[in-house]
Amino acid sequence: MSEPRSAEHPVLQTHGLSIRFGGHVAVNQVSCAFHPGTLTAIVGPNGAGKTTYFNLISGQLRPSAGRVTLYGEDITALAAPQRTRRGMGRAFQLTNLFPQLSVLENVRLAVQSHAGMGMNLFSVWASHVELIERAEHYLYRVKLADRRDAPAAALAHGDQRKLEVAILLALDPDLFMFDEPTAGMSVDEVPVILELIHEIKNQGDKTILLVEHKMDVVRSLADRIIVLHQGELVADGEPAQVIASPIVQQAYLGLVGHE
Amino acid sequence: MIRTLLSGDYPRSRALSVLLLAILAGLALAPFVFPGTRSLDVAAKVCVFILLVASYDLLLGYTGIVSFAHTMFFGIGAYGVAIAVSRLGPSWGSLVLGSLAALACSALLALLIGVLSLRVKTIFFAMITLAVASFFAILASQLSGFTGGEDGLTYKLPELLLPGTKLLQAPLAGVEINGKIVSYYLVFFAAAALFLALLRVVNSPFGRVLQAIRENDFRAEAIGYRSVFYRSAANCVAALAASAAGILYAIWLRYAGPDTTLSLDIMMDVLLMVVIGGMGTMYGAVVGATLFVIAQNYLQDLMKLASDAAAGIPFVPALLHPDRWLLWLGILFILSVYRFPAGIVGKLRSK
Repeated sequence: MSEPRSAEHPVLQTHGLSIRFGGHVAVNQVSCAFHPGTLTAIVGPNGAGKTTYFNLISGQLRPSAGRVTLYGEDITALAAPQRTRRGMGRAFQLTNLFPQLSVLENVRLAVQSHAGMGMNLFSVWASHVELIERAEHYLYRVKLADRRDAPAAALAHGDQRKLEVAILLALDPDLFMFDEPTAGMSVDEVPVILELIHEIKNQGDKTILLVEHKMDVVRSLADRIIVLHQGELVADGEPAQVIASPIVQQAYLGLVGHE
Repeated sequence: MIRTLLSGDYPRSRALSVLLLAILAGLALAPFVFPGTRSLDVAAKVCVFILLVASYDLLLGYTGIVSFAHTMFFGIGAYGVAIAVSRLGPSWGSLVLGSLAALACSALLALLIGVLSLRVKTIFFAMITLAVASFFAILASQLSGFTGGEDGLTYKLPELLLPGTKLLQAPLAGVEINGKIVSYYLVFFAAAALFLALLRVVNSPFGRVLQAIRENDFRAEAIGYRSVFYRSAANCVAALAASAAGILYAIWLRYAGPDTTLSLDIMMDVLLMVVIGGMGTMYGAVVGATLFVIAQNYLQDLMKLASDAAAGIPFVPALLHPDRWLLWLGILFILSVYRFPAGIVGKLRSK
């Protein structure tokens, strides 16, 4: 049953979401709801299942058990492209671009997907000025406008990360999923991305999920933190409270040491 | 005008522009510049193969699909015309009917192959297409009552297209204007128009999605493009263009048989033409097909001249004997693939 889109109802909900790879349970019975206008940080040690959880949400993987709902609609059976068309957008942890296409083309393909123009066979792509202008706008926002004609493969790592974010922006989703957006970026590049995430958050109606390792980033951006550990959701709450909780000190920050 | 015709996709190299213009002029004026049955045959074959190779490049170079079923669609086009015309008589109506039936049949088959098997990995898809194409070739040679078997079908066409039909009393520029010239120009203009249509498709929003899928299908899916859907659509477009090439070839030859259309040897030739010309650029098809077809037809003559000239020198005449032409063609290919891995067009553009 589809519920009305309002602030009280979650945008996205996972219900007992699990995935098993052979004997290994990578995500175990994770139930969580995400509300519009909030930024939730997902933290946990390496191998905790954060990216796998993301893959289950955005449709790259199918769960062994459990359901994913978007605005109350069960989307568990939908493939990634269909989820994207319903308003989910994802930036990947490992840079994932179209290497031989130009920077502009990378973004323009996302704009074109959002405009639903993929099956247009008989017009020249370059004649769709409005799509190109929008793509340029997103490049401008991530400060890549001057590299628009370079092939994506020729960009420095930090710039590729920015392009990754520009592609996500170009999809204009309701639900943004960032998987360690600043990983591997130099110190002076990080603020550009954080500023963008701030801007999206300040729009007020967007829902943001953020996987992030840097605690200062999480502290400055998140309204809420959930902690995954060995595939299970072990803590959920306000940032200060979660960071201070013993389970996080132990599981994530490793201050108590390993067994 | 030129921008619209070329869909904004210019040759981007002076040498390439000159080469393409030379090929265009040569083909446009072939009946007058290269008179004679044989050279006109070669010119018509070049036109047909440019279209066939361009449509294959849409799959291989632009979408990253390796298919061995392309000559099957080529054959469906040729047999469509051949069967319709030999059964229903040499009228324009049966020619059009046969063409439409062939195009419909190809589109359906391409869609079926695409939807059923484009989910699998590249290599398995290639194997499936190989199996389907072999099956089709065997079918055509076994159903001899319908397809003429190994002998193929020879048929008459509407009068306007027959060599015996004279259109002008006096020769024009020393060339008699007959039905053969009409069919040549039919082939030439149809191939040119369809080539430009393919050039448009690869430069359309759809064409860019195909390139995105070739580059990174995982990411293409993540930004909302269903790759199976787009690959199947590309497969259909390519199959339709290949069938159109088959239709034109059947009109030109007034014959359709396993060796002229369905055989896997032709598939290999097409593959080589794409690679020699340059994958992922439509102009590569023009250059590759032209060079290959000309080499295929004239290398033997050239070798005979060389062999005769070298008479008296030991060993050399034997090496240059016309029967060794395949050896030399092979050496030319190996050299060109080594020297120009991005094809001739890639090489010219990189300068």
